[in-house]
Amino acid sequence: MRRIFSVLMENAPGALSRIMGVFSQRGYNVDSLCVAPTNDKSLSRLTIITEADDKVAEQILKQVNKLIDVLRVTELTGSAHVERELMLIKVATRTEVARAEVKRNVDIFRARVLDVTSQHYTMEITGTSDKLTAFADVMADCADITESARTGVCGLSRGDRALRP
Amino acid sequence: MKMMSGAAMVVEALKDVGVTHLFGYPGGAVLDIYDALFAQEHVKHILVRHEQGAAHMADGYARSTGKTGTVLVTSGPGATNTLTGIATAYMDSIPMVVLSGQVPTQLIGEDAFQETDMVGCSRPVVKHSFLVKRAVDIPKAIAQAYYIANSGRPGPVVVDLPKDIVNVQEEHLYEFPTDVTMRSYNPTLKGHGKQIKKTVSTLENAKRPVLYIGGGAIAADASDLVTELAEKLNAPVVSTLMGLGAFSSVHEQFLGMLGMHGTFEANKTMHNADCILALGARFDDRVTNNVDKFCPHADIIHVDIDPASISKTINAHIPVVGSVDEVVRQILAEMASHDFSDQDTKLTDWWEQINDWRSRQCLRYNQGDTTIKPQRVIESLYKHTNGDAYVSSDVGQHQMFAALYYPFAKPRRWINSGGLGTMGFGLPAAMGVQFAHPEACSVVVTGDGSIQMNIQELSTCLQYNLPVKIISLNNRALGMVRQWQDMIYKGRHSSSYMESMPDFVKLAEAYGHVGIKVDTLDELDGAMERCFAEKDRLVFMDIAVDQNEHVYPMQIKFGAMDDMRLSKTERT
Repeated sequence: MRRIFSVLMENAPGALSRIMGVFSQRGYNVDSLCVAPTNDKSLSRLTIITEADDKVAEQILKQVNKLIDVLRVTELTGSAHVERELMLIKVATRTEVARAEVKRNVDIFRARVLDVTSQHYTMEITGTSDKLTAFADVMADCADITESARTGVCGLSRGDRALRP
Repeated sequence: MKMMSGAAMVVEALKDVGVTHLFGYPGGAVLDIYDALFAQEHVKHILVRHEQGAAHMADGYARSTGKTGTVLVTSGPGATNTLTGIATAYMDSIPMVVLSGQVPTQLIGEDAFQETDMVGCSRPVVKHSFLVKRAVDIPKAIAQAYYIANSGRPGPVVVDLPKDIVNVQEEHLYEFPTDVTMRSYNPTLKGHGKQIKKTVSTLENAKRPVLYIGGGAIAADASDLVTELAEKLNAPVVSTLMGLGAFSSVHEQFLGMLGMHGTFEANKTMHNADCILALGARFDDRVTNNVDKFCPHADIIHVDIDPASISKTINAHIPVVGSVDEVVRQILAEMASHDFSDQDTKLTDWWEQINDWRSRQCLRYNQGDTTIKPQRVIESLYKHTNGDAYVSSDVGQHQMFAALYYPFAKPRRWINSGGLGTMGFGLPAAMGVQFAHPEACSVVVTGDGSIQMNIQELSTCLQYNLPVKIISLNNRALGMVRQWQDMIYKGRHSSSYMESMPDFVKLAEAYGHVGIKVDTLDELDGAMERCFAEKDRLVFMDIAVDQNEHVYPMQIKFGAMDDMRLSKTERT
């Protein structure tokens, strides 16, 4: 099943490669990875999406937690949480009809247009991964997708639960 | 607080963490450090002949003392040559710090001469690593490296030191950190109280308990506690290859090694137990055989300092995270409020059954009149060392024969590469042992294949007058490979023999040592006596043994723990 792991680690050189090392060494797959420093600059927060059964998920938790640079690791799936992903997508619009259709869908999906040329729209959309995929599918129907980039999922627990040092 | 160069800081920090022996090999990137070593007498440097040897020496030193072994090598090939040694230590959880030189920081990433990304190369086989970028960070990095290497589940740590930061021309303020704790690293030592209670009530109800001990019992120096627990429970004890000696092999309750080449009684006892108390062991594939058929009747209590080892291969019913010494102490304390006074009667049937399995005498072998059996050599070795030697071993048939036929009464006496199975480990490891225990008898049991993998260290032995005793079981073949080829590949001996063996006696002599060749049974004991009479010399015993001997018992692949071949013709 799809799992979301959230990791709090030292914002140190090589720390990320150690975590990725655990995944490649032990044969776990990474579907997406989202990483950046937290409000405390000495720490980095990672969100990893993977497919794993219970046994593998337990090992991922333990093996990642074992790394010296890792302070905390938790699985977000299974308890209340919010998750968001951001996608930038650029489409080529050859006709006025296409341009209107793209614009209409931007409104429906609550996306945002970031850049416009006579032939292209570049948009941003935030939401769950499914929503982003649905938007990309619609764009593929009404225009030609030139390129797109997704950040990978980023997540937090709901309520007062938190990953703190 | 003193001003000193980065190189001097390295040496000063080693002194401050209590390093006495440093196994290494100089080269361009570490010349400054070597210059700093030259100026002092606290840290003794041992010049090896190959960096792999240095890592195994540090490893042998660590295994036989419990202290962290230290290695110093140059960048590039010097560093990569240690990787097998680092991986060996990693797999067996041995505390080790490897200081590797690196090209100057401004050249990193430019494919400079003798540059390799040592932190990257070693990442999968280290507990942690540091690339130190400023000289002032050297003391802290070294202090933390030793703290990490020898706390929690021990392991190797690499400290990569670029040449510019150890430059002897620039001086910096040296300050050794008083506090090395890290917010991201807090090993759990004490077991959870609730789990201890569950453990004790499960042990109390057990009718067929067994203690399954591993290397964690040795790492935690828990021998006395484990013995006390075993005796209070009157439970049989089996040990992994890595745990041998943690519980005395000559103790009445000891059933031998378990697993692939475990004894009949050890594997039978495991398979039929209703409660397995695993202490610092990790249920690896050389123990469990087919995990789906593993010990179907047992409640499994798994005590390990590494949570990731628990329920990795075999699901634990009662997981207990903690070090073996702390947890056993807690178990013993909790047992005081339960009734364990009548374990003798409670386990009468169980012991009757076990003694029946024992009576099969699975380690019997037919010696015959002339050709020496490898088992006989180990028995002779045991006799001539009064069972009190430090026995290092290489990897293969001789390793299993040593594990099965040399009973270890004390911990840290059996030094072998269990997890990685590194041929070439034995001789340098025995040298590390000898450095740590100059007065003790340090033996290496090896074979004609393994000994040639680090034979260059015979030269180091001469330089430092190490009276290591090499017991080489020469069967003119790679015995364990040959055994599998006999059993599985219809006797097709693909590349498992060598067409041109050296004359090992002359080779030993060429390196300045004593060589003794033994061909027949009647020569064996006399030769052993001569060997151990040479107190101050290294002796290389080249002993011709039966080429066709197999190691038994041996578990049958895909079977349960107790599905075993007991000889070429018998099976369970």
